[in-house]
Amino acid sequence: MIEWADQIFVLLKREILLLVPVALQPLASILLSVGPIMGVFATLFAATTVLERKGLGRIQNRLGPNRVGPFGLLQPLADGIKAIIKEDVVPYRTDRVLHTLAPILIMVAALLAYSVLPLGRNMVALDLDAGVLFFFAAGATTELAIFMAGWSSRNKYALLGAMRAIAQMISYEIPLILSTVGVLMAAGTLSTTGIVEAQSGYSGLFPNWYVLTPWGFAGFFLFLIAATAEANRSPFDLPEGESELVAGYFTEYSGFKFAMFFFGEYLGLFAANALAITLFLGGWNAPLQILDWVPSYLWFFAKLLFLIGLSIWVRGTTPRLRADQLMNFAWKFMLPMSLVNILASGLWRFTGDGVLGWLVCGSLVAGSYYALGLNLAPKNAVTKRIYRFAT
Amino acid sequence: MSFDLAILALLIGVSAIAAITLRDLVHCVLCLAVTFASLAAVYLRLGAEFLAFSQVLVYVGAVAILALFVVLLTRTGEPRAESRFSPQVMIPLAVCAFVFTGLAAAAWSSSLKDSPEAVGASMKLKDVGRELMTSYVLPLEVLGLLLTAALIGAAILAKADDGEDDEVTDLGESQGQQQRPMVATTHSDPKHD
Repeated sequence: MIEWADQIFVLLKREILLLVPVALQPLASILLSVGPIMGVFATLFAATTVLERKGLGRIQNRLGPNRVGPFGLLQPLADGIKAIIKEDVVPYRTDRVLHTLAPILIMVAALLAYSVLPLGRNMVALDLDAGVLFFFAAGATTELAIFMAGWSSRNKYALLGAMRAIAQMISYEIPLILSTVGVLMAAGTLSTTGIVEAQSGYSGLFPNWYVLTPWGFAGFFLFLIAATAEANRSPFDLPEGESELVAGYFTEYSGFKFAMFFFGEYLGLFAANALAITLFLGGWNAPLQILDWVPSYLWFFAKLLFLIGLSIWVRGTTPRLRADQLMNFAWKFMLPMSLVNILASGLWRFTGDGVLGWLVCGSLVAGSYYALGLNLAPKNAVTKRIYRFAT
Repeated sequence: MSFDLAILALLIGVSAIAAITLRDLVHCVLCLAVTFASLAAVYLRLGAEFLAFSQVLVYVGAVAILALFVVLLTRTGEPRAESRFSPQVMIPLAVCAFVFTGLAAAAWSSSLKDSPEAVGASMKLKDVGRELMTSYVLPLEVLGLLLTAALIGAAILAKADDGEDDEVTDLGESQGQQQRPMVATTHSDPKHD
């Protein structure tokens, strides 16, 4: 019974495939894998827009959307209809081809990343030997799409937003990838399912998740911070800072194209959170052995909703960074910290997970965190400020 | 040559030709990115997963972006109306022909000519890593050293530039000297057309 509930979607797909003629089976298999992923995450996107607006409203001491449907739950439906029926305004002199291609490319890049994410036991669309690498390769394409959007709009705010976005994404991509190296070393594989399986099982009361090791703990937060920056979310939302750049690289987009950017951005956020779950939070594994009977996909989505809630909380409570703070943080804190973290995870392999391991790796991670943080802190001496202007 | 490889070859050829003949430099770079991505697809088709994803990550994600930055930071104004080919077109053509002949001769004489798929499929990522850390550890270390040197060099160059900029700012304040724009765009103002 437990086994059946856990594998219900896998069995369902197998049963449906048997009804399809043999010649069409590969196509049907693709559709049966891709369709549910797109449907589920589109629904999650709709739910997140309400959750986010409600959550931000709560943080800012107001009610949030509460007019459409019960408790404002039908708000995303209204937003979607509005986006579809709005006029698609394309400014004169835009580069029409690139202007249309950019939102499509951003969606494609975001959706491609889902093909290697294991959503439950045996529930992965594409079990690649180099799955994690595929995820980052798909994410790297987003930068090009953002540039295309900013440049083709022929608008200075859009171009500035795109330049900011690319500079930020390139800077944070390095700690993002380096923070996963420790996990890859410990698991000995780049396959996403292999990494989740390496974290199954329990030692005592605690699960064997990588987040419960000193290097995994640091790596998890490094990854989450870098992923927030990659997704251009507050406090790293300089590329679309409303008070500075109107809306950044999608200033000149309206109607459904704007909705596609919005959708692509949230899909990217979900994908990054899902990869964080896969790498550090044990993927579909249950946190306690006695809760093992709960279906694996429910655990995955519970963890995903938790991380989404966390990112809404961070967005509601942190102020936007300045451009120089952003770059200093990436290159003077995130990069050295993720390098030290790789060293710590290497040491962990030799010291084991006993007291010695915690002492050596824990002090290495905590010590470098303190030293790097001290280095990053503003100096007390007041110096003359030099202003630079672009004329 | 199978049908899918033929499509990819066509895509690579067309996008590469577009990358050198289009008027707008930004379009050229984007076409180059298409070439890189299609090359990655060829690697993937031949079973070299690691190479394909690295190709996308490095070439589409970094090299194409770098080229775009270079184009945006150095050029101003509309695309020029003169000929697409520079007067010295023969020299790069000769170099390209030489390199192509060398590579083609090497590929033709290699034993992999008949079944390139067989090699890629047998190579797991773990084997790639093991080979890199055993047989090819010296080239790997040398490459690492080279890249580190380049990184430190870039940091030093940027730092020296920073110091000069501060001086220029001071001069600019005292002498009213105009500073150069930090970001030059390839757009012109529609009002002046």
